[in-house]
Amino acid sequence: MIDVNKQGEVWVFAEQHHGKVEDTPLELMSKARELADTLKVKMAAVLLGDNVKELAVKLGHFGADKVYLAEHPLLVHYQAGSYAKIIDGLVHKYKPQIVLYGATPAGRDLAPRIASIIKAGLTADCTDLQIGTHEIKKTGEVYENLLFQIRPAFGGNIIATIINYDRWPQMATVREGVMPMPIADGRRKAEIVVEKVQLTQTDLAIEILSEHVQQKKVNLKASRVIVAGGAGVGSKDNFKLIWDLAHCLGGAPGATRAAVDLGFIDRDHQVGQTGTTVRPSLYVAVGISGAIQHQAGMSGSQKIIAINNDPEAPIFNLAHYKIIGDLNQVVPMMIKSLREKTIKEKN
Amino acid sequence: MVYHCVVLVKQVPDTKRITGQAMNEDGTVNRAALPAIFNPEDLNALEMALQIKDKFGGSVTIMTMGLPVAADVLRQGLFRGADRAILITDRRCAASDTLATSYILSCGVKKLNPDIVLCGRQAIDGDTAQVGPQCAEKLGVPQITYVEQLLKLNSKIIVVKRNLGNGWQEVKAKLPVLLTVIDSANEPRVACAKRLMKCKAAAGTSEIEQQIRAADPTASDEQVKAAAKAKCAQLKQKDLLIEQWDLDMLNADLQWCGRDGSPTKVHRIQSVVLTAKESKSVEPTQSAVDAMIHELIIDHTLG
Repeated sequence: MIDVNKQGEVWVFAEQHHGKVEDTPLELMSKARELADTLKVKMAAVLLGDNVKELAVKLGHFGADKVYLAEHPLLVHYQAGSYAKIIDGLVHKYKPQIVLYGATPAGRDLAPRIASIIKAGLTADCTDLQIGTHEIKKTGEVYENLLFQIRPAFGGNIIATIINYDRWPQMATVREGVMPMPIADGRRKAEIVVEKVQLTQTDLAIEILSEHVQQKKVNLKASRVIVAGGAGVGSKDNFKLIWDLAHCLGGAPGATRAAVDLGFIDRDHQVGQTGTTVRPSLYVAVGISGAIQHQAGMSGSQKIIAINNDPEAPIFNLAHYKIIGDLNQVVPMMIKSLREKTIKEKN
Repeated sequence: MVYHCVVLVKQVPDTKRITGQAMNEDGTVNRAALPAIFNPEDLNALEMALQIKDKFGGSVTIMTMGLPVAADVLRQGLFRGADRAILITDRRCAASDTLATSYILSCGVKKLNPDIVLCGRQAIDGDTAQVGPQCAEKLGVPQITYVEQLLKLNSKIIVVKRNLGNGWQEVKAKLPVLLTVIDSANEPRVACAKRLMKCKAAAGTSEIEQQIRAADPTASDEQVKAAAKAKCAQLKQKDLLIEQWDLDMLNADLQWCGRDGSPTKVHRIQSVVLTAKESKSVEPTQSAVDAMIHELIIDHTLG
């Protein structure tokens, strides 16, 4: 671990694969910028790879004041051991106060390995980060300007705020889609700090024999409108209603975990704690009771319409428009209404 | 070539049935107040280890850290085919975060010197997925996370398929190695009736002491200890004793255990209550639905 260092920077691990920075760390840059401004320190991106200098410039556009650039042929593919070794070295050299990672498969593989090497704290899968004050009531000790690491726990039934006041850096992984993507500003320039990298083949414990990347069938995060169906839709055939309404609204079809488990739709469409977190302009929840795990993935939607025949369904606590009724009647009404609007506009 | 596997498992509260009453005032969880289950992905890890034993020979040791009652998941492991069960239990383990937990578990694993360590990817109470990689680091072995399939195993190397959600990788590593296994890896076997009959009496020292105390509340501590020692000796003879280790037996450095060994602390716990700021009821009629759609177009939510 490193000592508490209130002048330390705020860092984001700029995870890249095949020369492209992942969305989640980019999203994280907006929050890191905000935290750094509150703490009046610099925000830096940490970029590892081979021949990735161009990305360093781009990270400046996304709000980084500095980019620590570690390039080496053996860093071309991510793996925990070699990446952890480099980042451990950087943390001890520059003593940042906060280090953030996207909660991507690689981020969740890497961050705990680093935390273990440094013997520092790490909070997984945060959905929010804030700066705040912690007081230990028994002793009256007060710690100011700590990183509040906020995350759902126990299957989403509670929200825990975690802190680390003595064994720094303060580290967290942050869930995909919970922070808004910053708007790139081509005029912003980051100071690029090139780091010397010493690695040998023995630092690579893993050999990647083959790799296959699958494009997701639907991009829920980019959709302005999402029409999501739950178990209440009843069958795969009836899920056609969801597809039709989504089509009429120019949106994407989503689903609860229950609907996915029942085979109504592919897992790529799953919204919620174990699926995608979304924040569309409009979210239409059809036949969804509103389990807390689902709410965690869609409560940031600007407008929510809920259709359910159970007036006690928890989803109604969240809805801006509550329609208590049979989805098999209400959804066709909405489709009819939208089609007529379109026809009127055309005339 | 046979392989010695250690499977790290966790007894977890069934998070689908959690209520606010199950929380202590300091924000930690009162595990005793919750129905406890075998963490689901740890069953997938156990299944993978058992398949390795079935195919190549060797042994499967199942290990957990927890309260004495966690012996229950170890028994379930024995029913399914584990050869040896070890419970790490010690008051000084309380309030361990993932870093302290992985330190304690790694001290346990080091005593066994296995070829392969397996864990579930994550536990359903915390969903952190941190203990696996942290254990691997403390053991000084490579970690392979998100393992879905074992493709090849020979005296020196292992090849597995990782499922990363948006694609997969085939990776190779030298043994020893630590794997974290995901739920799509396999269908965990159910308890074998024969083994269930054989192992249902398996128990750990603390459990036996508790049973003796419950049967005779007037017994002195010495009497309980003596009776427990005799019972443990009997169980051991029948190969039914769940070994119980404390931090002294692990030679663990106490500064890395429990609350002192945990850099992360809880600042606050809140129950989740989400509500909309403004809410309207819409009748399930065509005219009411038309009016709603019209409103959404006017306020630019649509179009």
